[in-house]
Amino acid sequence: MNYSVLKNNQRVPVNSIPVIRYEDFMDTIVSTLMKDKNNHCVNYFGYHHESKIKLICCIADDANHCIYVLSSLVEQTAILPSFSAHNLSFEKYEREIHENFDIGYSDHPWLKPVRYPFHAADKSKTISNYPFYQIESEELHEVGVGPIHAGVIEPGHFRFICNGEQILHLEIQLGYQHRGIEQLFLEKKKLLQRTTLAENITGDTVVGHTGTFAKLWESLCGYTATPELEFARTLALEHERIAIHTGDLSAICTDIAYQLGSSVFGRLRTPVINYFQIWGGNRLSKGLIRPGKTNFPFTKELAKKWIEVFDAYEPDFTEMVKQMFDLPSALARLEKTGVVLTGVAESIGMVGMAARASGVNRDVRLSHPDNLYKQLNHKPIVKHHGDVYSRTQIRKEEIFQSIGYIKQLLTDIPENMKYTNELNTPEPDSFVISLTEGWRGEICHCAITGNKGELIVYKIKDPSFHNWLALALAVRNNEISDFPICNKSFNLSYCGHDL
Amino acid sequence: MISLALIILVSFFFTGIVIRTKSIASGRKGPGIFQPMKDIFRLFKKGAVYSETTSFIFQVAPSIYFASVVMAIMVIPFGQYKGIISFEGDFVFFAYVLAIGKFFSIISALDTGSSFEGMGASREALYSMLAEPAFFLLMGSLALLTGYTSFHEIFMTFHFGSYISYALGVMATFVLVMICMIENSRMPVDDPKTHLELTMIHEVMILDNSGFDLGLILHATNLKFAMYGALIANLYFGDLPLYYSIPIFLVIQTLFAVSVGLLESFTARYRMSHNAQFIFTLSSVSLLIFFGVLMMLGKLI
Repeated sequence: MNYSVLKNNQRVPVNSIPVIRYEDFMDTIVSTLMKDKNNHCVNYFGYHHESKIKLICCIADDANHCIYVLSSLVEQTAILPSFSAHNLSFEKYEREIHENFDIGYSDHPWLKPVRYPFHAADKSKTISNYPFYQIESEELHEVGVGPIHAGVIEPGHFRFICNGEQILHLEIQLGYQHRGIEQLFLEKKKLLQRTTLAENITGDTVVGHTGTFAKLWESLCGYTATPELEFARTLALEHERIAIHTGDLSAICTDIAYQLGSSVFGRLRTPVINYFQIWGGNRLSKGLIRPGKTNFPFTKELAKKWIEVFDAYEPDFTEMVKQMFDLPSALARLEKTGVVLTGVAESIGMVGMAARASGVNRDVRLSHPDNLYKQLNHKPIVKHHGDVYSRTQIRKEEIFQSIGYIKQLLTDIPENMKYTNELNTPEPDSFVISLTEGWRGEICHCAITGNKGELIVYKIKDPSFHNWLALALAVRNNEISDFPICNKSFNLSYCGHDL
Repeated sequence: MISLALIILVSFFFTGIVIRTKSIASGRKGPGIFQPMKDIFRLFKKGAVYSETTSFIFQVAPSIYFASVVMAIMVIPFGQYKGIISFEGDFVFFAYVLAIGKFFSIISALDTGSSFEGMGASREALYSMLAEPAFFLLMGSLALLTGYTSFHEIFMTFHFGSYISYALGVMATFVLVMICMIENSRMPVDDPKTHLELTMIHEVMILDNSGFDLGLILHATNLKFAMYGALIANLYFGDLPLYYSIPIFLVIQTLFAVSVGLLESFTARYRMSHNAQFIFTLSSVSLLIFFGVLMMLGKLI
């Protein structure tokens, strides 16, 4: 076998992952594994290993609920044939490897910088000399938007090539939010510091990323989370999904200038977010999730409070979505705007909610369940049009679904929460991959430990990493005035991409 | 004179009522109805910042724009009282003096050299151009019906009597309201509240304006609202004495402002490509008015 077969959050010795020649490595991945429609790449990265670069590729098999991991050792100066030439979903991973280690690719179609990391191999590439795609033409014009966002969210530069009002091409340049998070994970030695880092990968997916980190760390330390912890994490993750989806619906209404929806969904979001404050003392749920323990056990009173919050939320939300989805002027803006077809979504490796809106049934809660998702018997909601309308519908339906899941969970609240558990030190020479379905999509963290149990590699992949390209493709041939609504329907993270 | 005074009075609180209506419709308390005017006075006290890439056009345009609106208001009559300027064919003057203001605001937007402002300018030019036939078909039909070509005489002679004339009144009001929304870049054609440059029309053209200039442009919008409100009110006065017509005028203006607020609260704006179609439909409504007039005159069987 050219690869080892892992489960989500399973720890294996790093030496047990087969190391094969790059030609075989490429052949196994591109010609064998990726030919299966159920497989997609969840992470592909490199790290320095004995003066060479070790490439590790993780392919998730959604049908068999396992992850195939394989590796290859290549020279630092190597010029390699690229995966991207055969399978577009590797495009960004290879750009990242090229950027970090200066490994050349002979046939990569778009070898541009990804995020200008502090440890980039080639320091001459800076944010100011990014090689934008250009078309020489009298008729076409370029529009540059950002990096300062009109709504003051996060920085990113968007460059459009337009024919009048029609977008022909969009290039998205990110990297302004790079903080060197992956490197900081290695530098900060305390567990609390690392947990806090995980909370700050992206501010809108705190439960998602911290939960992933906690699971990974517990697995490294050989600890299995108690049902109480799993209960709290599952509940928090679904609650975060409701909160952010509601906020997104409000923002979508704002962008189509539908004031009623914007203010009602905005008002509905606040008590949901505030529930985290009641539970864990922080509206963004920072501090709620800790590896091996919880500082804020879930009690019967909290359950009562949750029911109160949602008894008020549900009727209003149901009425508002009915209003919105019955309003012709709103539907006219959402339907057939920013379409990503299923084939495109599959070829670029889209993940998460946006992928499900394009008819790709890809959901970690179903394919690689952890926490209590096995009991919940999750059925992903899939839409097929891939337009802004589908992405709005997915949000609406996932909110109802998540409310249902939490109600189901609340019927059986675990008693006697054990607050703290002693964690051992991480096992040496281990590899762990952890997958979680955050509200935006699949979050993937990988860690490798050295011979003393110290972290030597920490690799994060936010769902935004792939989906930014989907946005660039979605807006093609749309009007430029529809770009904001397309962007909002994806609601991707800048800092999650830039790390 | 009296129309100018009343229009200026109404312009002080027109946008305030719109904003207040929107706030109440979304469950908020909202600012006082004079808040937009207070903001404009604040802007009047400030100096302007000019980009180095702009020329004198950018500096004179806001004043010309404002002046054009004031000039247009001067031809508006008030019931039996003529406007300050009144002559045969003054509705043509009205339309094109506004167009001069618009022309200057468009070239001043182009003057900044920003790609956003260029896009906004092109959209504004397109929509004004498409709205023009609707206005002329409407005023032309009324001129044909009454036999006069100045606002004052048209409105004095236009009386409601037959069913057709009521239908004409309703349609004329609709066309004038919608032209007003287009000219002022309001919903459903444009969203004045948005922060997204790519979807803006008028707002994006004034992104570079600041201080006194911005105050002028914003107040010109208020004046234009009140001006179109006055046109609509004029349809209904006839030669009523002042103690009836002034309350009617204020009621119509308030109703107009409230309906703008409600429209902006409960609908989404149109997709940009649908705007052109929508504005064209105004011309067809105006054509209906034209046929109604022909029927009233017995020129159509």
